[in-house]
Amino acid sequence: MVKVNEKCMLCAGCVGICPVDAITLYETGIYIDEKCIGCGACIRFCPVGALEE
Amino acid sequence: MRVDCLIVGAGPAGSVMAEQMASKGFTTMVVEKKQEIGIFKRCAEGVTKHGIEKLGIKINESSIAGRIRGAMLYSPSGKTVVMEGKEMEGFVLERKIFEKWLASKAIESGAEYMVKAQAMGMQKKNQAWEVKVRSLEGMKEIEAKLVIGADGVESKVGRWAGINTVNKLTDYHSCFQYEMAGVNIDKNYIHIFFGNDVAPCGYAWIFPKEFSANVGLGILEKKAKMKAFDYVRKFIEEHENIFRNAQPIEANAGGVPVAHFTEMTADGVMLVGDAAQLVNPIHGGGITRAIHSSLIASEVAENAMNEGDLSKERLKEYEMKWEEEYGEKTKKLMKLRNFLEKLEDKDFELLADILQGEDIFQLTQAKLSFFIKKVMTKPSLLGLVKKYLMD
Ligand SMILES: Cc1cc2nc3c(=O)[nH]c(=O)nc-3n(C[C@H](O)[C@H](O)[C@H](O)COP(=O)(O)OP(=O)(O)OC[C@H]3O[C@@H](n4cnc5c(N)ncnc54)[C@H](O)[C@@H]3O)c2cc1C
Ligand code: SF4
Ligand code: SF4
Repeated sequence: MVKVNEKCMLCAGCVGICPVDAITLYETGIYIDEKCIGCGACIRFCPVGALEE
Repeated sequence: MRVDCLIVGAGPAGSVMAEQMASKGFTTMVVEKKQEIGIFKRCAEGVTKHGIEKLGIKINESSIAGRIRGAMLYSPSGKTVVMEGKEMEGFVLERKIFEKWLASKAIESGAEYMVKAQAMGMQKKNQAWEVKVRSLEGMKEIEAKLVIGADGVESKVGRWAGINTVNKLTDYHSCFQYEMAGVNIDKNYIHIFFGNDVAPCGYAWIFPKEFSANVGLGILEKKAKMKAFDYVRKFIEEHENIFRNAQPIEANAGGVPVAHFTEMTADGVMLVGDAAQLVNPIHGGGITRAIHSSLIASEVAENAMNEGDLSKERLKEYEMKWEEEYGEKTKKLMKLRNFLEKLEDKDFELLADILQGEDIFQLTQAKLSFFIKKVMTKPSLLGLVKKYLMD
């Protein structure tokens, strides 16, 4: 399961790359739900390294 | 609550769609999840004057933060090519003003807006869609005959309607940008830097504004050795002369879908702008295309509404019109993109020697044949040209 750290820029980029729609961006931060299959696409995409396994 | 048209997202695509639909007499509502329209930008804010005015839009003065005469391109070793001329003139916008201005025009035409109102899901109800919206006033259900997904790269409307809007890592620039004050650069030009150590499979940019500049870059993960953020830090460090006195006043990130658009409609649903990945795949500019998509979509929507047929088959006319306008061009630009991504630094140097500004403008317009002829004379590029640019 992917975790988000304090570097997150709220840019929404990871939302658009998740193949199973597991990420949602709220005004307060991103939220990763249990649909995550751990494919790692969001981690590889994130421009600042805010996502970790 | 019931409306004819519910638009999710108040970016450029959403607000132009709203203005069009409202002025055609349809009850129109826009929901925007941010508490302030236009923040935080995910954009370098550049548009060409020609491109935007062709769409009949005369940008208001206060949205313009910089006026541009052309572009300066830099090879990895620092050779420059200058692009100038009528069609290169442009603006660097202040997006938070621009987007509010577009919203104000929609509101003048009769559109209703809600901010800090996030669409959370939707389902078919009778002949319409019921969209759940989380707002300051609590949860709301809004029934709409037509739902417009203007919700950008993070589009959920498309997914909810069964359209595959997932971006692929190979077609999705990962971007980081600082807006900086104290940048020492010619403000009459935008500045574009190429190189595999500068921005792999992308480019770095400096877009000057009145008292600041957007300094950023986009990369593709497949060739990158570090994050976009790290490349920006490196870029700033390596250009001491430009950034000696510069300090950040804003940080931005984002994804740019440098892809070929796919599906844009479903029953009672149309996707516009970034939600449908409608970006120029070579330079990543999406503001003009987002606006254009809404102009085309609203024309089709008007007729479809009046005929009482909002089926996917009927709305598909929008997709066909888009294909007519941009299909061939986008296909060619994708080829060019693939070619450029294979170039080594020495190839960029070679191109800087043989290409003039005008040539590069033609390239961005998807005119490839002259380029192929020119580049074919360079044996070291022959293989790549044959493989990627020739049918
Ligand atoms: C770093 C970077 C630099 C760029 N530079 C340029 C440039 O110089 N020139 C150019 O032309 N283009 C540029 N682009 C591309 C450009 O920013 C986009 O193409 C453009 O913003 C697309 O407009 P849009 O209206 O489709 O989407 P957006 O502007 O992304 O608007 C989508 C809106 O929908 C809202 N939203 C999303 N989900 C929901 C929901 N569930 N409920 C309610 N609201 C929602 C969002 O909050 C947002 O306000 C750049 C992009 C990036 C990332
Ligand atoms: S891509 Fe990274 S910075 Fe952007 S919203 Fe996702 S986690 Fe945050
Ligand atoms: S790891 Fe894959 S499935 Fe999980 S949130 Fe990231 S992109 Fe989605």
